[in-house]
Amino acid sequence: MLSHPFMDYAFVAGSLIALATGLVGYFVVLRGQVFTGDALGHVAFTGSLAALALGVDLRIGLFVSCILVGVVMGALGRRGLADDVVIGNVFAWILGLGVLFLTFYATSRGGSNGTASVQVLFGSIYGLSRAQAAVAAGIAGGTIVALLAIARPLLFASLDEAVAAARGVPVRLLGLGFLALVGLTAGEATQAVGALLLLGLVAAPAGAAQRLTDRPWQAMWLSAVLSVLSMWVGLTLSYAVSDLPPSFSILAVATACYALSWAWTAPGRRAVRAPAA
Amino acid sequence: MIRLAGATGIGASGAPSLTWNVVADVRQLLAFHFMVNALEAGTIVAVTAGAIGWFMVLRRQAFAGHTLAVVGFPGAAGATWLGLPLAAGYFGFCLMAALVIAAVPRARQGSSRSVETAVIGTVQAFALAAGILFVNLYQGFANGVDALLFGSFLGVTDTQVRVLLAAGIGALAVLALIGRPLLFASVDADVAAARGVPVRLLSAVFLLLLGAAVAEASEITGSLLVFALLVMPAATAQQLTARPRLSMVLAIVVGLVVTWLALGVAYFSPYPVGFFLTTFAFGAYVLAAVGRHATALLDRRAARAVVPANGRA
Repeated sequence: MLSHPFMDYAFVAGSLIALATGLVGYFVVLRGQVFTGDALGHVAFTGSLAALALGVDLRIGLFVSCILVGVVMGALGRRGLADDVVIGNVFAWILGLGVLFLTFYATSRGGSNGTASVQVLFGSIYGLSRAQAAVAAGIAGGTIVALLAIARPLLFASLDEAVAAARGVPVRLLGLGFLALVGLTAGEATQAVGALLLLGLVAAPAGAAQRLTDRPWQAMWLSAVLSVLSMWVGLTLSYAVSDLPPSFSILAVATACYALSWAWTAPGRRAVRAPAA
Repeated sequence: MIRLAGATGIGASGAPSLTWNVVADVRQLLAFHFMVNALEAGTIVAVTAGAIGWFMVLRRQAFAGHTLAVVGFPGAAGATWLGLPLAAGYFGFCLMAALVIAAVPRARQGSSRSVETAVIGTVQAFALAAGILFVNLYQGFANGVDALLFGSFLGVTDTQVRVLLAAGIGALAVLALIGRPLLFASVDADVAAARGVPVRLLSAVFLLLLGAAVAEASEITGSLLVFALLVMPAATAQQLTARPRLSMVLAIVVGLVVTWLALGVAYFSPYPVGFFLTTFAFGAYVLAAVGRHATALLDRRAARAVVPANGRA
């Protein structure tokens, strides 16, 4: 399997991307910002198509739009957490813009490339070239380092914002910086599993990890491990069964992890909760 | 390709042309059967989505609503792959997703809130992943994916309009039936529960209703744009007034005006309906939000002007 260069690139880039989404995803779920991640996925679509329509590198549009909108949403909302309804309105409109760019792109290229939007929306991890995989892995590595650097104060601010603020933690700045990292991760994950599916890599491993353990650092690393595992098993599955698109098999494994974590913890939790109720 | 030569004499060159004569423009628009169908379908969808979206915004369930909306895509793709009618796929998937989300207890904030969003996010991503699997299995419609996602407002058939009307009336009837207790439960769940209102059951019924409404609308607007009709008019109306009944009517009116305008403008321009729809709706929302902040600011100024007269407190 690893003798094919495209599989090598997919594994190298995919592992680092999955590691980044697992780590970032833990905080996204902890802070209840999954909807923001959802919105950034749609921004990624519009950004990519805008770049295509303008004729520049797709990834420039992807990263610029994701980071920019992430920070703007954080700045608009109170305390660096954006309001559901505001997010909904903004990204519904951004999606409308995406449709416009799609039309521009289709007409300017003579309508020959009908699959561009499908690739952006659902990813094409096997289509990564050597250089693309290297850049993707490098950015994912940078994201991981940046996240680990702010992880301690970020965890404090996420668990108890008021106390963290009183202790002098720059809560607002952290929230904005974190959203910029989420934007970066969204851009990365779009290349692997696509704009519409990146939410699964962010939410499912982290949700499973949070069900399996209450200890923050353990949960964070568990989320990262589950995410990377989903990527590896998913890539292998789609290699073995050629009908399975890689994006589907990766997401299916991640979802299965999450479903299993519910099954695993359900009886124990109920027993704990019953006397309290 | 559907646009035939102008039958009214105005667009005689073949392409629709806009004049300053609004009446003539509208008549030109209505001369085509597909335009009439599109307007009828748009009207039904806008009214249903406006009313149900109003509750969705009130209950802060935008994320759940969006997830139900996109779940229609794998439904449609799966139905195409299996050779079933599209509507079966839309309704089947949307209602199933509504049940999964309803099975997770709702929470206002704290750690259970993060559990809720993680579940919704996973449901959404997995459903979309299943969608791309179906697209892959059914080799035929690589180009049709865009139509499923972004809709085909201008290709609505007579049967579709009739089905839409029936589904819309059904959804609104159920909403009218549970409207009062649902409003109570949405505004203050704890008090409502104490008064004996079945809050969890209502929440589940509402999610099913939401699923049905988006399944109905997705067929026309596409999975990605139905959310705009759900959230934007309702959010606009709730910016403008706090009175429930008035703001609900307002939501429907905003939805209708936006839909009609978007369809009309899209007819005369080469750009897609979805872009105009979301842009007009977003414009209305921004205007309403700016207006509300401006009046709030003026009120505060006025209040400050009064304070010195009463002596500083």
